[in-house]
Amino acid sequence: MIAALAFYAFAAVLLASAAMVVSSRNPVHSVLFLILAFFNASALFVLAGAEFLAMTLVIVYVGAVAVLFLFVVMMLDINFVQLREGFQRYLPVGLAVVVVLLAELAMVLGGWKMAPEAMNLRFAPIAANTSNTVQLGKLIYTDYILIFQASGMILLVAMIGAIVLTLRDRGLTRKQNINAQTRRTPADTLVLVDARSGAGIGELGIYRPKAPESVAAAHDEHHDAHHGDHSSAGGHH
Amino acid sequence: MNWILALPELVLACCGMAILVIGVLNKRDMFQACSMLTVGAFLLTAVLVIAGPTGVGYSGMYTADAFSLFVKLMILAAAGLGVIVALDYNEHANMQRFEFPVLVLYAATGMMLMASSSNMMTMYVGVELMSLSIYVLAAFARDELRSAEAGLKYFVLGALASGLMLYGISLVYGFSGSMGFEQMAKVLADPAKVSPGLVVGLVFIVAGLAFKISAVPFHMWTPDVYEGAPTPVTAFMGTAPKVAAMALLIRVMATPFGHLLAQWQQLIVLVAIASMVLGSFAAIAQKNIKRLMAYSSIGHMGYALIGLAAGNAVGVRGVLFYLFTYIFMNAGTFACIIAMRRKGRYVEGIADLAGLSRTDPALAMWLAVFMFSMAGIPPFSGFLGKYFIFTAAVQQGLWTLAVIGVLTSVVGAYYYIRIIKVMYFDAPAEAFDARPGSLSFVAAASGLFTTLFFFYPAPVVAAAEAAAKVLFR
Repeated sequence: MIAALAFYAFAAVLLASAAMVVSSRNPVHSVLFLILAFFNASALFVLAGAEFLAMTLVIVYVGAVAVLFLFVVMMLDINFVQLREGFQRYLPVGLAVVVVLLAELAMVLGGWKMAPEAMNLRFAPIAANTSNTVQLGKLIYTDYILIFQASGMILLVAMIGAIVLTLRDRGLTRKQNINAQTRRTPADTLVLVDARSGAGIGELGIYRPKAPESVAAAHDEHHDAHHGDHSSAGGHH
Repeated sequence: MNWILALPELVLACCGMAILVIGVLNKRDMFQACSMLTVGAFLLTAVLVIAGPTGVGYSGMYTADAFSLFVKLMILAAAGLGVIVALDYNEHANMQRFEFPVLVLYAATGMMLMASSSNMMTMYVGVELMSLSIYVLAAFARDELRSAEAGLKYFVLGALASGLMLYGISLVYGFSGSMGFEQMAKVLADPAKVSPGLVVGLVFIVAGLAFKISAVPFHMWTPDVYEGAPTPVTAFMGTAPKVAAMALLIRVMATPFGHLLAQWQQLIVLVAIASMVLGSFAAIAQKNIKRLMAYSSIGHMGYALIGLAAGNAVGVRGVLFYLFTYIFMNAGTFACIIAMRRKGRYVEGIADLAGLSRTDPALAMWLAVFMFSMAGIPPFSGFLGKYFIFTAAVQQGLWTLAVIGVLTSVVGAYYYIRIIKVMYFDAPAEAFDARPGSLSFVAAASGLFTTLFFFYPAPVVAAAEAAAKVLFR
């Protein structure tokens, strides 16, 4: 009784939040509703006795994928209003496709005959006294160990590939140099300027605090074109 | 658990990780050292492959037999040659990064897994491991627009092909109820169990694998990717992945679908004819030698498919033998192409070869040997390969295939021999830069093999025959 109630509650929230994912105007709200949908789906898995899948869903989808989505949505400046343009124009075509798909679904379901033994085969057999985590572990690490490890190698190759194709040392990154930091004296970095009251710092030729000599020398070549008169102030960035 | 069966793959993968760590931890430029270590790892793995036991392991997912042994040795040889021809090129093209040999190594691991797979899942994972490494390799010269385009194009189309193959696998699994090759063969021995859905799945699997061997009509990516990818990568792509995908195609057609010969034979015949015709005619108009080699490889895969279409041990022996000779011809040709460097810039036009016989007689001679061999002119090894393939087709009564094969060979001979004409009879262009030792080594070794193979082909024929017999018991 309680299980049935819980099932309907979670299922209803799941469906509602899934609908909100596609209908919400704000993309950040969409992603948040997606996370809610994942949580409810994992609750359904728990009800079905698949606790390992439930935990994996939370860890992988909520923990990693949804957060990644959120980052992408926030970092890419996608104009969703522009994306929705032409919604009215393409609506008839979309509706036609929907009608065709629904008709096909109806035809498939109309001719559906359940195999007699199918209901008993819905769930994989679970041996008594073991959780399905143990069973999955046995399957993955004994029967499928070879392809499981090979899949790991695919991920390794993907990682190497991403690094090879994107990482480049431009010489612009500032790495910590503890030696240089401890040798710094106030005279290297501090400049005392006699500032008239009311004058802007641009007028006085001060843009940035003075940088250590070595870094300033290395960077001056790149940026001479941008800052005309930074010599009086020393470094930049 | 007989995990020792897959020892070559395990050792190779561990070597790859070790080389990766060595490359990362050293501050110095480790490209040359890592390349040498990778070649060493290939040699070690080859020894393990030869010495290893045969059998079925990992719950029927992995098979080590004479077929996989022969194919793996070809793959390791091709991958080793690929690493060696890259040694000098990468230094000049500013690609001297230690990840290059590591990626080749992992591609080879995936290919070895493909050669040994006896389950649809192993097959798919192997194909993906190979493909992913090669996508990255194709885009390895990341600052060059053409290379980045080649990588992206290959990736997008390759992902599509993988999707097709996966869809086919799911259909076949649904209709046969099994993923293992042996169990599927048992189920499909009964003709009543062969449904149209299963045949559709079979067609999708063939389409996915035909993409990997760049057979027509799944060849569209080949010329662009071959041209855009860095030349050593093209050399690698033209040999090892073709061998692995062809071997996998043979195993899938012969083992689980062995009883469906009537269904897939027409398909393979069609693909073979289209590949041979397109490969020979489209190559005629090419001015870029890498594009020419792309069309040439499409044609060669068409010839190799004739042997598979024969559908018996003699045909498969022909395919394996053909691939064996093809690896060395192809690697040698690309060693010559990589040697085409003028004033520090790599050139790729066929016209750039003009008068090479006077400026660099040795290079011209080896390239001429490879071209004659690719055209199938005796006594070079390419002739023997074509001979075995065509005999198998004729024995099976596939006269159309054999006749079209011979006719397209004649067309192919035109553009191969045109290169020889440009090298020997045209007015000399400016000389190329001095050749590095690694390229001379690959060209000379492959050239000697191609020339002298005629005198003693018996061991290779015997090994190919043993390998083919495993599949057709």
